[in-house]
Amino acid sequence: MTEHEQFADDLALYALNALPGEDRARMKDHLETCASCRRELEHLRGDMALLTLSANGPRAPQRSRQRLLDAIAQEPRTPRLASASPSRSWWGVLGWTAAVAALVFAVVLWQQNSALKQTLASANSRAAESAREMEALRKVAAPIIEPDAQRITLVAVKTPPQPQGKAFYLRNRGSLVFLANNMPPLPPQKTYELWLLPTQGTPIPAGVFKPDAHGSASVVNPPLPAGTQAKGFAITVENQGGSDTPTMPIVMMGAGE
Amino acid sequence: MAELYDRYSSVVYAVALRVLGDTGAAEDVLQEVFLQLWRKPSAFDAARGSLGNWLAVIARNRAIDSLRKRRPETDIDDVVVSASCDMASDADRARAAEKVRGVMGNMAPAQRSALEMAYWEGLTHSEIADKTGEPLGTIKTRIRAGLIALRKAFQV
Repeated sequence: MTEHEQFADDLALYALNALPGEDRARMKDHLETCASCRRELEHLRGDMALLTLSANGPRAPQRSRQRLLDAIAQEPRTPRLASASPSRSWWGVLGWTAAVAALVFAVVLWQQNSALKQTLASANSRAAESAREMEALRKVAAPIIEPDAQRITLVAVKTPPQPQGKAFYLRNRGSLVFLANNMPPLPPQKTYELWLLPTQGTPIPAGVFKPDAHGSASVVNPPLPAGTQAKGFAITVENQGGSDTPTMPIVMMGAGE
Repeated sequence: MAELYDRYSSVVYAVALRVLGDTGAAEDVLQEVFLQLWRKPSAFDAARGSLGNWLAVIARNRAIDSLRKRRPETDIDDVVVSASCDMASDADRARAAEKVRGVMGNMAPAQRSALEMAYWEGLTHSEIADKTGEPLGTIKTRIRAGLIALRKAFQV
C-alpha cells in the first residue's frame, strides 16, 4: 500500500476523531499539503452529517433558548456588531434578536467575500511573479540554445579544435541540455545519437542531432525518465532516425564531474 | 441567533442527546455549540456547505469529547462539511432520515455496528477491534465503506 493510500484509508477515522494521537498529528500535517485528501475529508464529514439524521429525539426544552439568549447578552459586543448602529426606533420595531441574527449572517458573508478577494489578489500576484521568472529564464537560455547564437570554443593556443560535447543534466527533473562543437559532418543517411549511461541498466536514448555547417549541434530536453542517475553520456553514429540501442563504436564519451 | 437556534437547535440537541444520553449534558452541548458560532461566525464557511450539516458534525464532535471527557480535538475553524443534503426544513430532514435508516438497515450488521460504535460512542478503531475481536484493518475498511455507502445513497 502506498503511503498516500494509507492516509486515504485513515481519513474516515480522522473525520470521526477516532484516530489516535500520533497518527492524528501525522494526518493533520499531510492534510496541509494534500488537496485531494482535504476534499475527501469534507465529503466524509458530509456523510457524518447524514448519520446524525438517524437521531430523532425530543426538542430541546424551552429554557435552553432563553439560556442561550441570556448568555449571548452577557457576551462582549464585538467591534463588527457594534459598528452597525441603527436608530433607536429601528431596534424597537424589529426587536434586537432578529437584527442580531441578520448581522451574524452578514458577517459570515462578509468574511467569505474578503477571503475570496484575498485569494484572487494572491493568485494574480503569483501569476505576475511567474511571468517575470519566465522572462528571466528565457534570457539565460537564449544564447545557449537559440539557433543563431554564436558558438565559440576556446582551446589552448596552437591546438587544433577537437570535437567536443557538453551535457548539462538535472536528474530530478529529467532535464538535459547538450551542446556540441567541432563535430565532423556525417553522410545524409546517418545521424549522431546521444545516450544517457545510467548507473544501472542499458544506455537510454537521449536525442539525435546533426551538426550544422560549423560543426555545432544541440539537444534540448529530450524525453527522459525523471530521476535516473547518470554515470555519463556517450555518442554513437546511427542510421537516420536513431536507434533504441547503441551501435558500436562509441565515438565520444564523458563521465560526470 | 434566535432564528438560527429555532431552525437548528433540534438537530444539535438530538445528536447531543443520542451521544450523551443525558438531557442536562445535551443542553450544555447545545449551549456551547451555538455560543461558539456566535463568537466565531467565520468558522462556518457558507460557500462550502449547509449550516445544518456543519452544526450536526460540530455537535457530534463536541458531544463525543464530552462523553470521553477529553479536550476538544479539532478547532471548529478546521471543520468543513460538504453539503450532501440540506437539513434546513423539518420536511427535508424527515425525508433524509428515512433514507438514512434504509441504508443503515441494509448494511451488513458488522459494518453497521462498527460505524455506530465509532460515530455515537466515539470509540477508536483499536477499541472497536478489541471489542469485536476483528483486525484493525477490517474495522477501518468497514467504517470507511459505511460512510461511503451513505454518501452514495444521496448522490444524484
